Amino acid sequence: MRVGAHTRLRRGGLALALVAVVYLIAASQVTNSYYQLILSLVPIWALFGVSWNLLSGYGGQLSFGHASFFGIGAYTVTLALVYLDLTPWLGIPLGALVGAAAGIVIGIPTFRLRGHYFALAMLAYPLAILYVLQYLGFQEVSFPMHREHPLYYLEFSDQRLYTLLAVILLAAGLVVSMLVENSRFGLALMAIRQNELAAEAGGIDSWRWKMRVLVMSGAIAATAGGLYACVLLVLTPDSVFGILVSAQPVVVTLFGGVASIWGPVIGAAILVPLAESLNAELGNIIPGIQGVVYGAAIILIMLASPDGLFWTVRDRWFRRALPEPAPVLPATTPVRQVVQHGHGGTELLRVEGLSRSFGGLRAVSEVSFSVAEGEILGIIGPNGAGKTTLFNVLNGVLSADEGVAALDGQSMLGRKVHQVCRMGVGRTFQVVRSFPRLPLLDNVIVGAYGAGLPDHAAVEAAVGALARVGLHRQAGSAAGQLTNKQLRLMELARALAGRPRLLLLDETLAGLGREECDEVLDVLQRLREDGMTIAIIEHTMHAMMRIADRFVVLDHGRVLASGLPRDVVEDRAVIEAYLGSKWLARQNA
Amino acid sequence: MDLEVLIENVLNALAAGITIGCIYGLMCIGLGLIFGIMRIVNFAQGELLMLGMYASLYLVTGGGVLAFLGPYFGPFVGALCAGPIVFAGGALLHRFLISRVSGLRTAGSLDDGHFGQLIITLGISLILQNGGLILFGSTPEAVRTPLASRAFELGPIYGDATVFLNKARLIACAVAIVTAITLYLVLEYTRLGKSLRAAADNPTAATYMGIDVDRAYRIAFALGCGITAVAGGLMATYLSFGPFIGLDYVIIMYSGVVLGGMGSILGAFWGGLTVGFVQQCSALVLPPQLQNAAIFVVFLLIVMLRPQGLFGRSAERA
Repeated sequence: MRVGAHTRLRRGGLALALVAVVYLIAASQVTNSYYQLILSLVPIWALFGVSWNLLSGYGGQLSFGHASFFGIGAYTVTLALVYLDLTPWLGIPLGALVGAAAGIVIGIPTFRLRGHYFALAMLAYPLAILYVLQYLGFQEVSFPMHREHPLYYLEFSDQRLYTLLAVILLAAGLVVSMLVENSRFGLALMAIRQNELAAEAGGIDSWRWKMRVLVMSGAIAATAGGLYACVLLVLTPDSVFGILVSAQPVVVTLFGGVASIWGPVIGAAILVPLAESLNAELGNIIPGIQGVVYGAAIILIMLASPDGLFWTVRDRWFRRALPEPAPVLPATTPVRQVVQHGHGGTELLRVEGLSRSFGGLRAVSEVSFSVAEGEILGIIGPNGAGKTTLFNVLNGVLSADEGVAALDGQSMLGRKVHQVCRMGVGRTFQVVRSFPRLPLLDNVIVGAYGAGLPDHAAVEAAVGALARVGLHRQAGSAAGQLTNKQLRLMELARALAGRPRLLLLDETLAGLGREECDEVLDVLQRLREDGMTIAIIEHTMHAMMRIADRFVVLDHGRVLASGLPRDVVEDRAVIEAYLGSKWLARQNA
Repeated sequence: MDLEVLIENVLNALAAGITIGCIYGLMCIGLGLIFGIMRIVNFAQGELLMLGMYASLYLVTGGGVLAFLGPYFGPFVGALCAGPIVFAGGALLHRFLISRVSGLRTAGSLDDGHFGQLIITLGISLILQNGGLILFGSTPEAVRTPLASRAFELGPIYGDATVFLNKARLIACAVAIVTAITLYLVLEYTRLGKSLRAAADNPTAATYMGIDVDRAYRIAFALGCGITAVAGGLMATYLSFGPFIGLDYVIIMYSGVVLGGMGSILGAFWGGLTVGFVQQCSALVLPPQLQNAAIFVVFLLIVMLRPQGLFGRSAERA
């Protein structure tokens, strides 16, 4: 569980119980059967919204085709009842299982895609299924009536019982959603949404988490679909696989508040009755007017509250009432893990003949060097020398064409980004990759989770890492509010939280003023004293002269020189690469 | 005998695939500008197609201003005139709605404003569909031209096998190709086209270069709307349509754009052509209900195997 999870869960559970009871009491007083139907539909669409919210809201994997799962649930329940005489009491759980399986089948190929491509590929699935079902002759399937055992077949004569069942299932869905949000699962998803590469470099296996959330989301959507079929009693492919069905969870969630527990519920509670009553009141007078009003309503709300109602209301009225609980951190410096200190210790990283080309350009060409335990290696070179590409190859963002890279004898090549991280390689980026909406502490905990630490140890490691870089006072503030220097240090802390053996720092000093630069250098100095091994990319010579034990100079992808700082700085080839041959000639003249 | 029938069917499917494919290609260019280049998720693109059809219908039939052109020229001129009309509508949409959830305002934000675009364009789509139902009625319409029931005959090629080229489609196809080439030349070689591409590529940098990015976006969006509307007007000459026809084509458009590789106008055209071709040729082996499913399967396969599109280049850098 995340920091402060217990308070949030208790508060959420209480609110949930209260809302459910009030809703059920209100629903039990309604006698008009049409309004009763609307009251059953609200929790069903809300549940569908909850399922979409997990995948697309928290995880950021935008799905335009969630009707696949909804429809699969609906058809599983109906076909099992028609052909196998299976009661929907078992049919709905069966549908959820099939929905989860569909999540696996759809996820394996589709998660190879990102961004727009993922969203569009998802759009294609329900439509393909729709046409296949039409072809197979399932245009219209109706529920067979069972007059002898109505209860056994989930056939209630009183519509309000469907509402009760729908509310129970929705409550279950919301509890799942709360548990996800407050666990490392939710943190991993939010990290992936905000910055997938940073999450991976922090050791998070994004593919696995995305798969898990898709399976969970598929099961929940199928549950909603199964119940929907029971309420409607007649099923057509368009009513459960159609493009408007896919739009429904997107609309209710975005309207209510994306990536919030209550968003889908708020959206469904307002939009479903609005759409249905418009349909009933105006649909007969001017067909189509209900669609126009509904469309205008969602546009207006979206312009007024772009993040959804929940966030707008919270930001306007509850910002002060509900601060993120600031965790209490020890202000003392952590116990130093004293490792044998000294240069020229045992070799930790060995790189030999490493190459990587992009088409005809050899960005990294037969690079060899090594890093000894406890030393700081400075990797310098002009722009375009291949420094960042070298790091990308080392930590698995790019594959190597040839060569060897081994950490303590174990090869780092051919592994995924998060696997390299788990070997004990921490990484920071040239452009800071933070999770802007998460508090600083959570930003750093991502790194600790990535290393596979259990909850308690992860919080401890993150707190310790923050203290080591001197950011423990800002632990509660959102990463979006930090200064550039603080963000650099935060990224360093995130890498440290995974208890790495080797840190790869990519231009950690970029964009910092002189004094800020010195502060970061001091932090690095302290880390070295604690026994950390660091390889750092940097442009600025003077900063590197202060901390690096040895230099490797890259130019045009090749190692130009390596050795002690003083020797390298006087190397004619290095001076030429940095300052040009003319300068060198003038110096000699 | 059987071979003759087979050859005739195959050749006719190929011919239909190419002519319809070219019109699809034009339709996809419209979305290619909006989604492929400007990266705006537009769910209302199908409704713009629908508007193009009705604009052409009301221009050239009954008491329309272009009715004097007669049933031979009228429908095609009407299709071209639908372009500017929907262009103006698109500019207004962008000015008042789309610009609030796209462009500089959302560049670099979480999810690049896609969530907002989804909702806004879904809302626009609902309003246009149902508003269309109120204004135009639900009776299927068509821009009738006698050319739709006449065909050029090629052959007999093998035995009695003959290729029939529907005249309405053939002319529509020619108009589509000319429109597409004109647009390509405008985007590639004029000052306007260059500023549009620059604004789409990097809005911040374009601002520094003195390009009015907001205006460039508005023109590009409106152009995307207008182009798809022209394609709609052309399709109206050979197919009957209602206010909800957009839903059938929005997926085809997205398939075409992704197939061709996002960010490329020519690619979008080729993508649309491929989709039309696959759709028509699948009629040879698949029952009618599965033809659209075939498009999606091909679409999924290509997205999986070549996510940069058939004709695109991968531009991603870690």
